[in-house]
Amino acid sequence: MRAKVHVFLKPGVLDVQGKAVEQALHGLGWNDVEHVRVGKTIEFDLKSGDAAAAEAEVKAMCEKLLANTVIESYRVELA
Amino acid sequence: MKAAVIVFPGSNCDRDCKVAIERSTGAKVDMVWHGEAALPDGLDLIVLPGGFSYGDYLRCGAMASLSPVMTEVKAAAERGVAVVGICNGFQVLCEAHMLPGALLRNEKLKYVCKAVDLEVTNSQTRFTAGYAGRREVAMTVGNGEGNFFADDATLDRLEGEGQVVFRYRNNPNGSSRDIAGIVNPKGNVLGLMPHPDRAFEPELGSADGAILFQSALASA
Repeated sequence: MRAKVHVFLKPGVLDVQGKAVEQALHGLGWNDVEHVRVGKTIEFDLKSGDAAAAEAEVKAMCEKLLANTVIESYRVELA
Repeated sequence: MKAAVIVFPGSNCDRDCKVAIERSTGAKVDMVWHGEAALPDGLDLIVLPGGFSYGDYLRCGAMASLSPVMTEVKAAAERGVAVVGICNGFQVLCEAHMLPGALLRNEKLKYVCKAVDLEVTNSQTRFTAGYAGRREVAMTVGNGEGNFFADDATLDRLEGEGQVVFRYRNNPNGSSRDIAGIVNPKGNVLGLMPHPDRAFEPELGSADGAILFQSALASA
């Protein structure tokens, strides 16, 4: 099973990188772009075949290491 | 008096911290590798140094906060041993939930390396008692992710409980409420972005950092 974890700064936490990318896009003429957020994706394989168990494991990984929930939110995809 | 500096892979101020503590206090300083499962006996002060632990991968301080030795650092802090996290060490303390909040990318996206004037917001802590009521001290900062963030309720609590110890006179990185350093509710764990280890004798431009180490050990 392949897990994808998407981690982004929470709404309300200033994403300066997103802001810089947004300004660069505006500079290239894409003036209608707004609210750019830059996050990261972490992918890995899991030996488990049980989707529910895998989801619980990946969430535990997010809480413990992959995301800092003081400033970040995360979304898990399993396929 | 006995102190330890924790060395993570990628720490680069570990030896600076050792020299700074030795010269300013005369204490014996052990270097402790992050993989150790035990700390030396009888420590009065533990310092988490600046640097780029684990290459700042994932998030600054995230992987270091889960190092084997950190279990012992937490236990020592609970026993009341003084713990100081400087720069990357502050990030580690936040990631380890030993201090609230987090350090975000600097507001202007730039690595900021310069001398800073700090207001001693609380001179009653065991780390600042030696400033004897002085309101302003000088140190230097060197960070790319030193922008302290916490939600408003946490910031109000930190201010209300006297946990904000240092503030920037001229905020270099966008930190919430100009916060440069905070302590835990018990007052024995300090995290700060400025480097007392780079300001421990006049030749470095300031000797104000020496007083912080002296205070930390005098109160032990």
